[in-house]
Amino acid sequence: MAIPVSYNVRNLKLRKGLTIMTALGIALTVATAIFIMALLAGLNRAFGSTGDPLNVLVLRKGSTSELAAGGVERDAMQTLKELPGVAKNAKGETLASGEDILVIVLPRRDGTGEVNVTTRFLTPLGIEMRPKIKLVSGRWFNPGQHEVVVSQSINKRFAKTNIGDTMQIGSGFWNVVGIFDGSGTAHDSEIWGDINQLTTDFERTVYSSVLMRATDPVAAAALKNRVSDDQRLKLAGLIEPEYYESQTKSGAPIKFVGFIVAVIMAIGSCFAAMNTMYAAVSYRGREIATLRVLGFSRPSILTSFVLESLMLSLLGALIGIVLMLPFNGMTTGTSNQVTFSEVVFSLQLTTGVLMTAVVFAVVMGLLGGFAPAWHASRQDILGALRG
Amino acid sequence: MTLTRFVTKNAFRNRRRSVLTVLSIGFSLLLLTLMMTIWKSFYIDQGSVLSAQRLIVRHKVSLVFNLPSFYREKIRAIPGVTQVVNQQWFGGIYKDDKPENFFAQFGTDPEELFKVYREYQMPADQLEAWKKDRAGAIVDSELAKKHGWKIGDRLNIKGTIFPLNLELTIRGLFTAPQNTQAMYFNKTYLDEGYAPAKGAEGIFAVLVDTPDNVPRVAKAIDEEFRNSTRPTKAETEKAFQLDFVQMLGNVKAFLLSISLAVVFAILLVSANTMAMSIRERTREVAVLKTLGFTRRSILGLFVGEAVSLSVMGGLLGSLVAFGVVAGLQKQGGFMTGLAVTPVTILVSLVVAALVGFLSALVPSYHASQVDIVEGLRHIG
Repeated sequence: MAIPVSYNVRNLKLRKGLTIMTALGIALTVATAIFIMALLAGLNRAFGSTGDPLNVLVLRKGSTSELAAGGVERDAMQTLKELPGVAKNAKGETLASGEDILVIVLPRRDGTGEVNVTTRFLTPLGIEMRPKIKLVSGRWFNPGQHEVVVSQSINKRFAKTNIGDTMQIGSGFWNVVGIFDGSGTAHDSEIWGDINQLTTDFERTVYSSVLMRATDPVAAAALKNRVSDDQRLKLAGLIEPEYYESQTKSGAPIKFVGFIVAVIMAIGSCFAAMNTMYAAVSYRGREIATLRVLGFSRPSILTSFVLESLMLSLLGALIGIVLMLPFNGMTTGTSNQVTFSEVVFSLQLTTGVLMTAVVFAVVMGLLGGFAPAWHASRQDILGALRG
Repeated sequence: MTLTRFVTKNAFRNRRRSVLTVLSIGFSLLLLTLMMTIWKSFYIDQGSVLSAQRLIVRHKVSLVFNLPSFYREKIRAIPGVTQVVNQQWFGGIYKDDKPENFFAQFGTDPEELFKVYREYQMPADQLEAWKKDRAGAIVDSELAKKHGWKIGDRLNIKGTIFPLNLELTIRGLFTAPQNTQAMYFNKTYLDEGYAPAKGAEGIFAVLVDTPDNVPRVAKAIDEEFRNSTRPTKAETEKAFQLDFVQMLGNVKAFLLSISLAVVFAILLVSANTMAMSIRERTREVAVLKTLGFTRRSILGLFVGEAVSLSVMGGLLGSLVAFGVVAGLQKQGGFMTGLAVTPVTILVSLVVAALVGFLSALVPSYHASQVDIVEGLRHIG
């Protein structure tokens, strides 16, 4: 027969101070783990949700980023446009956008220094090919003008990015005319401007990349292979979402440090939980013996104490989650390891993160609770009753 | 029986609990020591003497932009500059793109590299062999050991930033005070294989005659190119490295918040243990009082017990931190500058002692206030 759970609940309540302090210790560990996982989840969201599976990104062969030396020659653009499987819009224009990437320096709003920001130069067609990106205020840039639009996150984090402000790119001055919402994609960390104006300013002879839209998924795969296999072009095609996913490795240092921190803290908390549970067992030596005399088996006592430890750690997980909830959606930045420029992302307390946190706490509870529970179930009945 | 002995006896009367407490505090302090070590190497250490004498000149906007090669001679002409060497980050792939196969690859000038990086050591005949072979390379001896390379081995590296694959021969192994994880090859090789690379450099490393001249030279370099199409940013090697750290995000806040969480966690653990063990001893306290111990000395006994437990945890933590950092150092890269110093250990021990002191205050104050008769009546 199993010992009722209410027995454990009452015991935890009886030693309120001890329970709360142990749970708080676990809560701190869980909160730290949640913080790190939420950072990574936010980064994954920024890169993972970028791109349309119908879009094919064309880069120079061997290159892994839009910022590498050499790109797509302007002459190749015509060849690319004529490849089979490239979609056209309602107006009959071929959906292919030659784009250029520059990095500029902007001061942070909070005055903590200057950061590199990615600036993408494209045509209105390029905007059309990214339907997730919505204008929230102002207007899009006009082709042939020194005008840029900035993302909401950039606008929030950097000075001189309000509508009406002017920023220097190279030797030219560009007016901010609009703000767009990148809906959590990598474009949330970008500023967009007109490519033709840039070409005139900088005398660029190559595009950093070309984005093309295929008519359907099968055509996208075929287009990607056709671009990569063409020996004259020396280019490589990538399905757009795959390209951005490969950039999530920017989170590697956070992951590495976070993992070490979480594991060390968890070990510390395990010992603390073990201590509390050993105390719980030793206080109740007589009780346990009585339970045994009443006919509760060893396994049921073992389960009961493990359960109590689990409850303790779940309480800790709950407090940890509540502590971290206010941080959900908080935006922060790290650097893209490929372009050395700012990636803006937000802390995401996804269900996945919360579930992992709970599992993390449960593991701590199990590890901390098993030895004391085992000890309790093996106690000498007579000795304990006498003591 | 002396007081100290009484305290230590009591600290270990419940051996399991004490060991668990020490372990728990030890792991938390291990983390704290690691965080402090990282903090120190990032924000306090100034690097070696030679490093403080070196400037790194890069494009003002971003590392991804190159500087013209002719800047090198212009920089050389600035008073105070003794040597200048160019370096171009190649960023290619060796074998595959697994992180363990990643290492730094620089195109440079064999004639001057060792004059700027004077702490690097390499036999003269190897240097001569490298200078003579345009497709030659030299590697850090630690890196060579890791991959099992020896002189004469071929080294194939696939270009990603540059549309060119390097086919090099290892001509020399150099040693540096810290593992640099770096491979240097002749920049001319890159220029000839990919014409647009010619005339452009990633960074210039500049050796200044005296450390005192460093700020003035840095300013003079930036001033020289201020109005050109490619302005520069000259900064000390240390500041240059810190730029990378800052790119990771708000590292200071990250380290600080973790350290705070850790300190708070040990406070909880220690307070918990002390509360448990003091409550068990209510009767003993009453006995001590009848024997003539004052409230103050009882308070001192318990506080001493808590402090000794937490300091033991601190010692354990620092010791393990020592091992962990030594392990990380072997990894090379960013971790090479890390070292657990006596000061760091002292700080974490002081933190441990403070935490122990604070955690014992409340429960032992209560214990010392217990009425003797009530205490004697108390049943465990």
